[in-house]
Amino acid sequence: MESSKRSFLKIAGISALGLGAKPVFDVMASSGEMAKPKTMKGPKALLAKRWGMVIDTRKLRTEEDLKPMIEICNKIHNVPHYDNPLHEIKWIWSEEFENDFPMQEADFLDDRLKHMPFLTLCNHCNQPPCVRVCPTKATFKREDGIVMMDYHRCIGCRFCMAACPYGSRSFNFRDPRPFIKKLYTGYPTRTKGVVEKCDFCSERLAVGEMPGCVEVSKGALAFGDLDDPNSEVRKLLRDNYAIRRKPALGTGPSVFYIV
Amino acid sequence: MPNNKKMYDKGKVIAGLCIFVILITFPFWYNLGRATPAPQPKISDKAKAAKECILPTELMKSEHMQLLNEWRDTVVRDAKRIYVSSDGKEYNMSLTNTCLDCHGAKAEFCEKCHNYASVTPYCWDCHIDPKEVK
Repeated sequence: MESSKRSFLKIAGISALGLGAKPVFDVMASSGEMAKPKTMKGPKALLAKRWGMVIDTRKLRTEEDLKPMIEICNKIHNVPHYDNPLHEIKWIWSEEFENDFPMQEADFLDDRLKHMPFLTLCNHCNQPPCVRVCPTKATFKREDGIVMMDYHRCIGCRFCMAACPYGSRSFNFRDPRPFIKKLYTGYPTRTKGVVEKCDFCSERLAVGEMPGCVEVSKGALAFGDLDDPNSEVRKLLRDNYAIRRKPALGTGPSVFYIV
Repeated sequence: MPNNKKMYDKGKVIAGLCIFVILITFPFWYNLGRATPAPQPKISDKAKAAKECILPTELMKSEHMQLLNEWRDTVVRDAKRIYVSSDGKEYNMSLTNTCLDCHGAKAEFCEKCHNYASVTPYCWDCHIDPKEVK
């Protein structure tokens, strides 16, 4: 009698253990038979350590020369147009030398530079101040150096606009949709209350295309990896004298101007 | 001892209570027996032909919001745009160009249930439904 009670308890214990283990095995077995979904970069995606742009201002002398680049950008990013300059949204625009390069003016600047329009856009700084101040990490620096906006996270505090020394950021004071001439379905619009700026066409790089402005520039803009000594941009910088906007601030702009 | 249990204005109080109860329950019995039918999102021909979405239908019904959030973060923050489902098919993670391409107009698919359940996600404040672009 005594021994049978003992064996009963043993069997009961082992069965309980077995029943308890079954769900665990079931889970392990089921996760084995179906592959887990995964995510990856596209096969054609262009990769770099630090994307940068070289603008050859010798090839861009008039507003007419800049127009196609500005227009293509506005078109493929659904940038709205406002008549009120206070509401203006700028991704890429034209600016005079004295505004783009304060402290770099010579006393007697040559006439060509003095009155020439300069193509101006986000510099995708190596040490971006906008990223440092963003309280929600809506603006961040990607591994390839692009300073990117996550519009989903932007709360519209505009700290980044205060921090950016280049005026590259614009705030949506109103719903931009009604002010977009023709909606381009390949890119989202923004909404009222978020900040926006140029993102070096990250959506185009992801599918193996050059940024829109570079594509229509007829060779005046070069785009490539600043970290790669053999890239086109590095070759241009080796052979030509190029300046950057407000270098003394230590932001390390990735946009260079050959003058 | 006087009887404290006497109720004053008994008739008025009870009648008032009855009216109150009828009024407060009005929405319930007014709609009794004619509940709004559950919405039937329109499954486009393309979606019908594909038979299954990127995940089993039940899972898509219950978890598409989490999935879309993951897609959003993966695309914007990790720069990864390709989703490989468990059967090995590759999809471009895009609400406008992938989801809507198969499912058709948002008004006939997304909004059917969202309006019924009274949820208003803000996807379309920025993302575009090509069918609604004039």
